Amino acid sequence: MNVLTDNFSLYGKGLWGTVQLTLLAGALALAVGVLIAGFRVSPVKALRVFGTAWVTVLRNTPLTLLFFAVLLGLPRFGVVLPFMVFAVLALGAYTSAFICEAVRAGINTVPLGQGEAARSLGMTFTQTLSLVVLPQAARSVIPPIGSTLIALAKNSAIAGSFSVTELLGTYKPLNERGYGIVWTFVWIAVGYLIVTLTLAGVFGLLERKLGVAR
Amino acid sequence: MPEEPLIVLRGVNKHFGRLHVLKDIELTVGRGEVVVVIGPSGSGKSTLCRAINRLEPVESGTITVDGQPLPAEGRALAKLRADVGMVFQSFNLFAHRTVLDNVMLAPLKVRRHGKAEAERKARELLDRVGLTAQADKLPAQLSGGQQQRVAIARALAMDPKAMLFDEPTSALDPEMINEVLEVMQQLAEEGMTMVVVTHEMGFARSAADRVVFMADGEIIEDRVPEDFFTDPRTDRARDFLSKILHH
Ligand SMILES: Nc1ncnc2c1ncn2[C@@H]1O[C@H](COP(=O)(O)OP(=O)(O)OP(=O)(O)O)[C@@H](O)[C@H]1O
Ligand SMILES: [Mg+2]
Repeated sequence: MNVLTDNFSLYGKGLWGTVQLTLLAGALALAVGVLIAGFRVSPVKALRVFGTAWVTVLRNTPLTLLFFAVLLGLPRFGVVLPFMVFAVLALGAYTSAFICEAVRAGINTVPLGQGEAARSLGMTFTQTLSLVVLPQAARSVIPPIGSTLIALAKNSAIAGSFSVTELLGTYKPLNERGYGIVWTFVWIAVGYLIVTLTLAGVFGLLERKLGVAR
Repeated sequence: MPEEPLIVLRGVNKHFGRLHVLKDIELTVGRGEVVVVIGPSGSGKSTLCRAINRLEPVESGTITVDGQPLPAEGRALAKLRADVGMVFQSFNLFAHRTVLDNVMLAPLKVRRHGKAEAERKARELLDRVGLTAQADKLPAQLSGGQQQRVAIARALAMDPKAMLFDEPTSALDPEMINEVLEVMQQLAEEGMTMVVVTHEMGFARSAADRVVFMADGEIIEDRVPEDFFTDPRTDRARDFLSKILHH
């Protein structure tokens, strides 16, 4: 029991690392994912091809491999950044592929006539998407995006193996200090639960809010 | 010397896969003219109507609106579409926006009108189609006939040069058809250029300048309504009329 109280600041730092990774990579993934979803339904072929390639590559690459690619690859092009930033890039890019597909599925639930009406009024593709289609897709997209972000919170543990401070990585120093493995991991699991249940709660609320909006 | 026509289609062809849905279409719609398009199901009426604002791109031939050939996808096309109103069979009102917002959205975002001006105009149009009281409702709370009148107001809010109607009353219960036709009749009388796909023969007789009869992707008659209804030239048209007039 005292593993938590004795090492509260270590746990706290780890938890804060996980929260930061989740929030930053989540924001990046949302922005990029929605953008790439737009590419995938755009009338411009080059954008569609780019979008498809983005999703195919990122969704089918193991996340650890992606971390290696970013951490070892980018410095070769002279891009040297803190490990934390590399981790956010890797996690954000990986998650964006899943966000993109969730958004695209949502777009497909909006009747075609909605977009046609918007275009017939002279709206550009971007206006049609942002003013008419995406707002109507939002409701069906919220639950899968919630799941994707929960997966992201858990995936962020991989960053621990790449010198980023996060929750799972706290087991190492604790282990070295001689604490029992079981309680160490129980408290780590509780930390993840705090993050994932918060996410689930926020998205449940969002879903209900959008649910009554029509 | 007559004025230059508003809508001109020359040698327009379109396939869906192997199906030839528009075959060498020639059609001219003058300013202020009302052209009703009729024909059996699958004859290509909707495709023709949608080709005029390039919701359906065509493969060959030229389509010009107000002297300007239809641009390819992009800003120029959006600009042209802003000037051509379209009313759909299934209304297609923006489901997440109120009636008032539906009418204001494009003037605000496409024409970049100010909010006050857009709202004043939207309310004026809603008043004109008899829906002032419904302004703050969502489309799903309205009857079909009311929704279609909002859709007409929404298109009119852009001050279009022409209006396209694709079977605007086909999805409506019989008692709601007239309220929509009355609005269209009034538009026609005010001199709006209109292309109307419809099976409402009463409307065709009273409002149309010409009736275009389509079958199998071809325009096979293009006549003054009275002549067409009393004396169709082709067997296809005679056959079609006998089916829809006395069933
Ligand atoms: N997107 C599409 N893909 C493939 N075939 C299509 C498509 N749209 C229409 N068609 C086919 O093209 C033909 C003409 O269709 P269109 O909708 O223009 O006919 P219509 O005269 O409007 O018929 P209706 O009176 O039933 O509305 C039909 O055979 C239809 O099945
Ligand atoms: Mg049709």
